[in-house]
Formats: sequence, C-alpha cells, structure tokens
Amino acid sequence: MAERNLGAGVLRGLERLGNGATSKIWRLGFAARFFLYILLNSGTAFRRFGLTIREIYFAGVFSMVIILVSGLFVGMVLGLQGYDTLQRYGSSEALGILVALSLVRELGPVVAGLLFASRAGSAITAEIGLMKATEQIAAMEMMAVDPIARVVAPRFWAGVISMPLLAALFSAMGIFGGYLVGVQLIGVDEGAFWSQMQASVDVRNDILNGVIKSVVFGVAVTWIAVFEGYDATPTAEGVSGATTRTVVTSSLAILALDFVLTALMFTGGSAQ
Amino acid sequence: MKRSTIDIWVGIFVAAGFAGLLFLALKVGNLASFSTDQTYHVKAKFANIGGLKVRAPIKSAGVVVGRVSEVGFDNESYDAVVTMRVNAHFKFPRDTSAKILTSGLLGEQYIGLEAGGDSAMLKDGDRLRLTQPAVVLEDLIGQFLMNKAADGTNDKGGKK
Repeated sequence: MAERNLGAGVLRGLERLGNGATSKIWRLGFAARFFLYILLNSGTAFRRFGLTIREIYFAGVFSMVIILVSGLFVGMVLGLQGYDTLQRYGSSEALGILVALSLVRELGPVVAGLLFASRAGSAITAEIGLMKATEQIAAMEMMAVDPIARVVAPRFWAGVISMPLLAALFSAMGIFGGYLVGVQLIGVDEGAFWSQMQASVDVRNDILNGVIKSVVFGVAVTWIAVFEGYDATPTAEGVSGATTRTVVTSSLAILALDFVLTALMFTGGSAQ
Repeated sequence: MKRSTIDIWVGIFVAAGFAGLLFLALKVGNLASFSTDQTYHVKAKFANIGGLKVRAPIKSAGVVVGRVSEVGFDNESYDAVVTMRVNAHFKFPRDTSAKILTSGLLGEQYIGLEAGGDSAMLKDGDRLRLTQPAVVLEDLIGQFLMNKAADGTNDKGGKK
C-alpha cells in the first residue's frame, strides 16, 4: 500500500517535472517566434517614427535621471575604493585607468542594463499586460490593426535605441564622478588621471565593445519585457507576476550574456 | 505630423547620449590621435623581447612615433620578430638602432629608436640591423648575485 503510494507520488512528481519543462520550452519557442514577428513587423515603427519617439520618451528620457545619478555615485565609489587600493602600491595615478576601464567595459553596460530592466522593462510589461487585460489588444485586432506592429514593435525599438545611449551616459557620468572624487577631493594629479586613461583605453577594444554589449542588453531586456507583457495572463495577478518575471529574467539574462560577451571580447586580446 | 513637447525631450535625451559617446571616444579613448595617419612598417629581430606587447609605443627621444603592430617568432634564428608601425611624419636613417626599454621600474615596455648617421632613410618593409634585447630582471639579479659571490670569495682572506 505504502509502496504503491510512493510509486504514484514519484510518477506524479515526474509528470509535473516533464510538464514544467515542456511548457518552458513551449514558451521559449513562442518567444523566439514572437521576436521574429516583431522584426518582420517593425516597418510601422520606422514609418510612423512618432510612435517610437513617444516610447523613447517613456523608456529613455524617464530613465535618464536614475541613470545619471547612479552613474555619478558608482563612479565616485570607484574613485574612493580604487584610490584606497592603488595608493598601497604607490600608483594612485592609475586611478583614471581603473575608473574608465571598469566603467566602459563592464559597469556601464551592466548596471545601466539592470537599471533599465527595472525602470523601463517592468513599465513596458505592465503597460502591455494591462492593455491585454483590458482587452485593448483584442479590440485592435478586431479593427484589423496589428497590435504587434502598432504596440509592441515601437516599444521594442525604443528600448534598443535607448539602451546604448543610457549606458554611454552612465559611463560618462561615472568617469566624471571618479574625476570629482579622485582629482578634486583626494588630489590625484589631473594630467596623469586623464593622460593615463587616454593611453590605455582603446576606442575599438574597450569603448566599441561596451557599446556592442549595451545594444545586446537592450535587445534582450526589451524583448523579454514585451514578450512577458504580451504573454501575461490577463488578470491583475497575471500582470503583476509578468512584471516580476521581466525584472528577474532580464537581470539574469544581462549577467549571463555579459559573461559570454566578455569571454568572447576580452580573452583573445589579453592573451597576446 | 506636428511637433510636440515630447520631441524636445527625446531630442535632449538623444543628444545627451551621443554627447556621452563622443566624450568616451574623444576624451577617454583618445580617438583623435594616430588613427588616420599614414604609416610605414619596419621589422626588427630581438634576442628577447621581455614583456613587449602588440600596441606598445615606439619612442624616439621620448616622443611616441609609432606602435608595435605584430610580434612573431623566427623559426631559424630563434629570435623574436617585431613589426613596428611608424608614423610617416617621422623619418629615420637606415642604420637606426632599436632597444627594448622599460618606462619606470615596473612600467610597461616600449621600443626606443636611436637614429644613426646614414643618409638613406628607412622605407616600408625595411629591417633594423642593430637591436638590443630587453633586460630581464631575473638575469640582472642573477648576475648581481654571481658578482657578489665572486667578490665574497676574493675578500675571504681579508674578512674572516
């Protein structure tokens, strides 16, 4: 009797596992098809660029304050911590290199991406999810307006356009913060700070790779955000769950993608 | 399509973003220097290049005149072959010598060029004959210890 119960329990567990895995793969396939569909239907987003501009306003302009302020503080902390470590080796002039390289290569794209996911990605999911819950999407389909071309694609492209600009702003502001703390507050030599930075930051290897990273993160975050919104269960609970999933999934995606991209971009160069 | 207040904010945002990129490229990455200038290639063989890397500076009289573009290995003479990209503004005589030097005690390594007296100038693809390999710190310390040991045996009678 007990053995049969155990057997049934194991069977049910396996069933649930299989069911969960299948539905995950199902969602992944749907997400991939959705991505392709967005790309095929983004004509409207560019032909009626006003739509995309409106979304850049919501996704990009509203994220500017949080990006600038956090960039400034991250740069200032880097300045303090970097100086504390470097002066032990008597090379505090290298502070400029430390601040610039860590911001341009890693912190700029990654932290800006995380902030963008929680500031703009969640808003996109909530908006599209609510549109679905209040049947606005269904109404559009009824009027023969493609909701993906009209609602989803402009938001997607707005995110992809905004993200590299926000990451660049973050890095620039961070370097300014590092300059404020390092040069103005602590008193590292200003000439050495800038000239050592310029000598060791490479435009193609460091800055361009940082921009490529931020574009990839922009695509990943907005793709996840619009997909979660479009796929949300059309209830209040479903929308809130979708918003949470957007932030969690896109944060994990950013960190995992960052590892892959860093491995591709920076290991070959340093081996030389 | 009429203009609205949204447009000006988006305009400010895009302009600020590009200003940030421009700042990174020009002020931080120093794009302006050395990217579009004409260059010529010169090769040199070294017995040991130490820690010399691609993109290391080439200096003459302390002025950066080019960068290392390639580091290779010669299978016959077992020497390192360094290809240098020198800015076309700077002309050097054929018998110029190259040394691998270190900036500061623990700084990065670079190639120092010392001009000779030949009237013919280096052309693209030429090879520098006179080279001096990098000073390897371990060898230097080894030599120093050997000298010390030799001094010690000589002075033995006097000291002990």
